[in-house]
Amino acid sequence: MNGPKSPNSWQYRGLNMVNPGLDHLSNGLIDLVKTGHNVVAGSADLQYSNGLNRFAEAYPDRYISFGISEQNMVSTAAGIATTGVVPFVATFASFLGLLTCEQIRMDVAYSAQPVRLVGHHTGISLGFYGTSHHATEDIGTMRSIADLTVVSPSDGAQLEAAIRASANWDQPIYFRIGRGRDPVVYDGGTTFEFGKAHVHGFGEDLTIIACGITVHAALEAAAAMNAAGRSVGVIDMASIKPLDRDAIIEAADRSKSGRLMTVEEHNVLGGLGAAVAEVLTDEGKGIRLKRHGIQDEYSLIAPPTHLYAHYKLDGAGIRAVAEEFLRS
Amino acid sequence: MTLQPDVSTSAGHNSHQPDATTIEHLRERAQFIRLETIRLIDIAKTGHYTSVFSAAEVFSALYYDVMNLRRGEPGWEGRDRFTIGKGHAAVGLFPIYADLGFFPKEWLDSYTRLGSPLGDHPDMRKVPGVDFSSGSIGHALSNAIGIALAQRWTGQDYKVFCMMGDGEMQEGQVWEAALFAAQNRMKNLIAIVDRNGFQLDGRVDEVMGIEPLDQKWRAFGWEVHTVDGHDIAAVTTLLRRLRADGAREKPALVISKTVKGRGVSYMETEPGWHLGWLDPTDAQEAIAEIKAQVI
Repeated sequence: MNGPKSPNSWQYRGLNMVNPGLDHLSNGLIDLVKTGHNVVAGSADLQYSNGLNRFAEAYPDRYISFGISEQNMVSTAAGIATTGVVPFVATFASFLGLLTCEQIRMDVAYSAQPVRLVGHHTGISLGFYGTSHHATEDIGTMRSIADLTVVSPSDGAQLEAAIRASANWDQPIYFRIGRGRDPVVYDGGTTFEFGKAHVHGFGEDLTIIACGITVHAALEAAAAMNAAGRSVGVIDMASIKPLDRDAIIEAADRSKSGRLMTVEEHNVLGGLGAAVAEVLTDEGKGIRLKRHGIQDEYSLIAPPTHLYAHYKLDGAGIRAVAEEFLRS
Repeated sequence: MTLQPDVSTSAGHNSHQPDATTIEHLRERAQFIRLETIRLIDIAKTGHYTSVFSAAEVFSALYYDVMNLRRGEPGWEGRDRFTIGKGHAAVGLFPIYADLGFFPKEWLDSYTRLGSPLGDHPDMRKVPGVDFSSGSIGHALSNAIGIALAQRWTGQDYKVFCMMGDGEMQEGQVWEAALFAAQNRMKNLIAIVDRNGFQLDGRVDEVMGIEPLDQKWRAFGWEVHTVDGHDIAAVTTLLRRLRADGAREKPALVISKTVKGRGVSYMETEPGWHLGWLDPTDAQEAIAEIKAQVI
């Protein structure tokens, strides 16, 4: 028998086909089809990275293989959407949010076509694959495009909930999702509403506003700080655009330390922190905001968990940054 | 404009030849497109005369004969669709859309004025009849592919035409789209390259050569045809035949050999006329020259 002898050996496709964390995107789409929505999906040679192979197996006639041609994928999806069919197209966030930015602006957002763009492996989650595969600018590019909704779910359950909610959302959507190995935030499922944050509590010392994979880490940090006597809350700002301004204002009003903090796996320029800062400035809140994330630099090379530790984006790191901020 | 059903090519090519009355009508409409282009550009005081003039016969053949359309119903689901990569030629399309009752003719008088739906490039959000917006060169073939592909999930039956400029062949996305259409045997897709030979910086073949264009598209898996893009009878016959061909298993590409600025002699020899404006005196001379010609 050919092939590796050790059961510990693995290959990309085989590993991804059994990774339950990659089920959510396809599960969400399969549910839409089952409930009568004329949904199709496509990917640019990454169906085993984003898990759309599961959708392709369930509905082979509804899956489009684009090959390595991201720009054609986005513009074609826009054409499809003109007919009432709703296309979900997926590729690495680094490519979707930058390489196809102009196609998204012209053919999708400006043309008001309800395409669903799925940028996966966001932030620095591709670790040692390096800067070409890191997406630390996509929130900035996508949220500055008018008439484009931007959603950054924190786990698979929230992604599925957001996909369900998308059935009643007319605008095109950019979903910013992880790599399918993200820790579970919402064990047992959750709901999602565009423009509404999931508030895990407001803190008198500090409320941490996070999105994506950093929500789980922020909750870890908050739990540790609360156990040590602090009052720390967490807001899961999955709906980056439209932003839940009310949740931000309430967090500011309830802060007794005069401080707020954002955490994101993204450049602090143009990302979640910048969006929150805009609201605080608009509202004249006069509060100090710690924007924690990638500080306008390119990431080092390392495995993802090592990078999260290095950039203080894991639970311990966020706690350390928060404590330092509260002391400053 | 016809409501002809799909028919096999087995009836022979000659069956697609338009009669003399049709040819005369389409010629007259091509002239109308050129004259309206001069009128509208005078409102804006700048515009792309020559980009329309090279494509006028193809526009006329498509909208007044080949495409399956309904007058006054730009949103009819069963209509044939048209996307255009050289969106700066939209000034030649708007008069057609008004003429077909897609929007009031008075809109034309507001061309490019504050708040007008009609700008230099076609906008599907604002202009009934525009099947997809344009302005960034290289997207239109992908848009057309999407519209054609969606028939798999809507059950609708129509053809999709896409016109690209020859300079547009320099955009990488065009070739991504070319591969996709061939791979997916998109027989409902008919693309046209307006091969007028010029782009902003000069002759296409000097700026960034694209020949042998027919061999490139054949190598990408397309059925390729070449036609004199100003021979209205030949253009109409070919497009009718390609539209009706139910046996083709490939997307079709037409290389429409044209003259940029065709109809106004000095525009035909000066690439600077890609963008310009004619003083009223010159405009009257250009109009007279166009009216005197039988292209």
